[in-house]
Amino acid sequence: MMTSYALIPLLPLAAFVINILLGRKLLKENAHWVSIAAVAGSWVVAVMALFDVLSGAKINYDVYTWMLSGGFKVSVGFLIDQLTVVMLIVVTTCSMLIHIYSVGYMHGDPGYYRFFSYLSLFTFSMLMLVMANNFLQLYFGWEGVGLCSYFLIGYYFDKKSASDAGKKAFIVNRFGDFGFGIGIFIIFLTFGNVYYEPVFSQAGNFANASINFLGFDVHLMTLIALLLFCGSVGKSAQMPLHVWLPDAMEGPTPVSALIHAATMVTAGVFLVARCSPIFSLSETALMVVALTGAITSLFAATIGLVQNDLKRIIAYSTVSQLGYMFLACGVGAYTAGVFHLYTHAFFKALLFLCAGSVMHAMGGELNIQKMGNLKKYMPVTYITMLIASFSISGFPFLAGFFSKDEILWMAYSGGSPVGKFVWAIGTLVAFLTAFYSFRLIFLTFHGSFRGTHDQEHHLHESPKSMTVPLMLLCVGAVAAGWVGIPALIGEQIGVHNYIAEFMKPVLGHPEGHGTHGEELGIMIFSTLVGLSGIGLAYFMYILRPELPGRIAQQFSAVHRVLFNKYYVDEFYDFIIIRPTIWIAKNVLIGVTDARIIEAIVNGVPNAIAAFSSGLRRVQTGLMQHYATIMATGILLIVAMMLLR
Amino acid sequence: MVPLNWYLILSAAVFMIGMFGFLTRKNVIIMFMSVELMLNAVNISLVSFSHYLQDMRGHILVFFIITVAAAEAAIGLAIILALFRNKQTAHVDEMNEMKG
Amino acid sequence: MLQQLFFGYYAFTIIILSLLVVTRRNPVHSVMWMLLLFFHIAGLYLFLNAEFIAAIQVIVYAGAILVLFLFVVLLLNLKEEISLKQFVGSWPAGLFVTGLLFVSVVSVLGSYIQGPIGKYSIAAVRSETHTKALGKLLYTEYLFPFEIASLILLVAVIGAIVLAKRKLRS
Repeated sequence: MMTSYALIPLLPLAAFVINILLGRKLLKENAHWVSIAAVAGSWVVAVMALFDVLSGAKINYDVYTWMLSGGFKVSVGFLIDQLTVVMLIVVTTCSMLIHIYSVGYMHGDPGYYRFFSYLSLFTFSMLMLVMANNFLQLYFGWEGVGLCSYFLIGYYFDKKSASDAGKKAFIVNRFGDFGFGIGIFIIFLTFGNVYYEPVFSQAGNFANASINFLGFDVHLMTLIALLLFCGSVGKSAQMPLHVWLPDAMEGPTPVSALIHAATMVTAGVFLVARCSPIFSLSETALMVVALTGAITSLFAATIGLVQNDLKRIIAYSTVSQLGYMFLACGVGAYTAGVFHLYTHAFFKALLFLCAGSVMHAMGGELNIQKMGNLKKYMPVTYITMLIASFSISGFPFLAGFFSKDEILWMAYSGGSPVGKFVWAIGTLVAFLTAFYSFRLIFLTFHGSFRGTHDQEHHLHESPKSMTVPLMLLCVGAVAAGWVGIPALIGEQIGVHNYIAEFMKPVLGHPEGHGTHGEELGIMIFSTLVGLSGIGLAYFMYILRPELPGRIAQQFSAVHRVLFNKYYVDEFYDFIIIRPTIWIAKNVLIGVTDARIIEAIVNGVPNAIAAFSSGLRRVQTGLMQHYATIMATGILLIVAMMLLR
Repeated sequence: MVPLNWYLILSAAVFMIGMFGFLTRKNVIIMFMSVELMLNAVNISLVSFSHYLQDMRGHILVFFIITVAAAEAAIGLAIILALFRNKQTAHVDEMNEMKG
Repeated sequence: MLQQLFFGYYAFTIIILSLLVVTRRNPVHSVMWMLLLFFHIAGLYLFLNAEFIAAIQVIVYAGAILVLFLFVVLLLNLKEEISLKQFVGSWPAGLFVTGLLFVSVVSVLGSYIQGPIGKYSIAAVRSETHTKALGKLLYTEYLFPFEIASLILLVAVIGAIVLAKRKLRS
């Protein structure tokens, strides 16, 4: 039984190997069968693992010794507990549905086999990441998904913006991963170990320890937690490293759905949740996490209000929702964060896939200002996207409602020093989220069509292989939250908050310090806020379509700042990219390269040439000279033996 | 009775004369003959050792040396022929293709 | 006394002949002196009770190898050869090295240690005859090297033909 868990990551790896080796010549248009079969196999094993864990098993074993050096040992090993299982289900389910969707979406693409081999490699890396039982394997998976993300963002590598976006994602992630790497080093220095189990069980012993870092005495656990959080910030596109995610939308839409919405970007949240024993020991770190999450979610949501690019709106929504998850983790409600991760995976993947379906119909058009009235042509896409938007807006009893409500309630009542503040921001973001989600819906599916006649002529519903995954994900977007119905409602209808109970052994479950009345009030308030966001969108984009333009004019300065994403990209260009290029040009090329490296590279052979041109006079080419020298050698040897 | 050393000195002298010839002569054929001279010098010492130690092994060795010398002469002279045909000369000081 | 006289004659002649071989300007003369030298060396072998070796010295060296040398020498332009200096420019260096080496080799002779005496005493060899004794050894104890020697000769035959033949042009 134990060994079969290894199949979860190994099947996609095998699919990757098969596709990359045979895909080009042999499989071609059939490449998807291998990948889909593999990920379906992984899904089956993951579901088996879920039942094993439900029946009380906690699996932690090493498969293979990866490195062994003195006391340092790292294995490829699997830890399958409640948290891992939730991630496994999310990853394999989304991955499987998106694989199927891609069959229709990528149909006829020249790099078909390449796409599916990358998807398989991604799935493998992601599964290695979530199943790791030590930090180094986690890091391996972490970099692996980053690499696949790079491959897939730059999938249309002949398009400059796509390859630039790939590079950007990779480089921005470097900043975060640098901190993450140092964090792992410090963990090893402190605990002499990189396995989760001993690290987490001993973390308490170091609760008050401090360490000299860069000349300052810092609280050890805060330092480790913040360094790990650096990695999370990069991977999960939080402020200030969020800039790569919107650009990552250059990749094919299934990739955006799988990697940049449902799974990879949530790895940061997973990391924080996984390391909750460390984070919980540091008030400061938790506060940083909560504030980063809250500010990011507000920041991204405001940008999302004014964007016109279909996928970028959803991308900013993703950044915002990821901020929500960090907000939850930051107030100690890891379960709520992971719960939101889990529901978000469904409705956000669904949103992206619907966007892909729209793009498919619109011939690659992404500007929502040029769409409209698509509900007439694509009913399935419309309905599924509508449900996903309701879900993300926190419409009662859909998936997003429960997770979002859980987060807000935990923030409000969890007793964290910044709790009330982040609750306020969270509620505001809930309003903004509802607004921009429905702005998107109304502009895309309602009103009159604003594209060209040519485009209108081509509008059609997507093929079955695309709509079926939409419908399946739609089920998730509706029902995924029902495992986490809060006690407040659950008591009335006789169900428990299954996810909280399930996760309790790993993540704990902080009890709110509030009354049922307060909880109900918060719930109703946030629901009303969401609904009013929807209402405002309806008012502005259906009833008074001329209003948005007027407002944009009235507040043109604000609008411009939001539309240009707070000029963060320009800021980075100014403070990082330009100085870097300047240094590269003037210092590295001008001084290091020309004066130092070339001096060494040319100097060594020149010196040797000079020496050897002297030495080569010895080589007269005359046989007798060689023979004389040989005889002299013999003479010397004999003389040496005599005189010894 | 002639002492063994006398033979050995004779052998050394012939060897050194052969070596001197090899190191100083221009003509490659004479150089080759000098090599034969050196081989003969070794043969002298081997046979005299054999005689004084009452052992046949020196003779066996001489036998093989003569065999090898014959083979070497055949090959060496063939090389000289080939060389002479290409260079029109048998003087080693005119051959310095290997000059660095 | 007679032995010493005999040896003295041979030794003296051999050294003189060797010097003549390496110093003559005319290669034909060198070959001729060498022929005489080989006969003297054969005589020395007889003096050392090695009559078979003496015989093959004459047959192989004087009869075969020197004739080969003579053939090749006849290819040369003897007139030009005689008009030129016979030594290369660096001959003093060769003389110096050779002289020092001679001195050092001779100085080693004093430290010679006699090895164990074998069973082939003069009387034993004489009773069995030298050729038979050598033959017995060669075909029993040294059979394998003997066979190898035949291979070496085969290689030499083929090699000499390959090297010396003109390139066939079609």
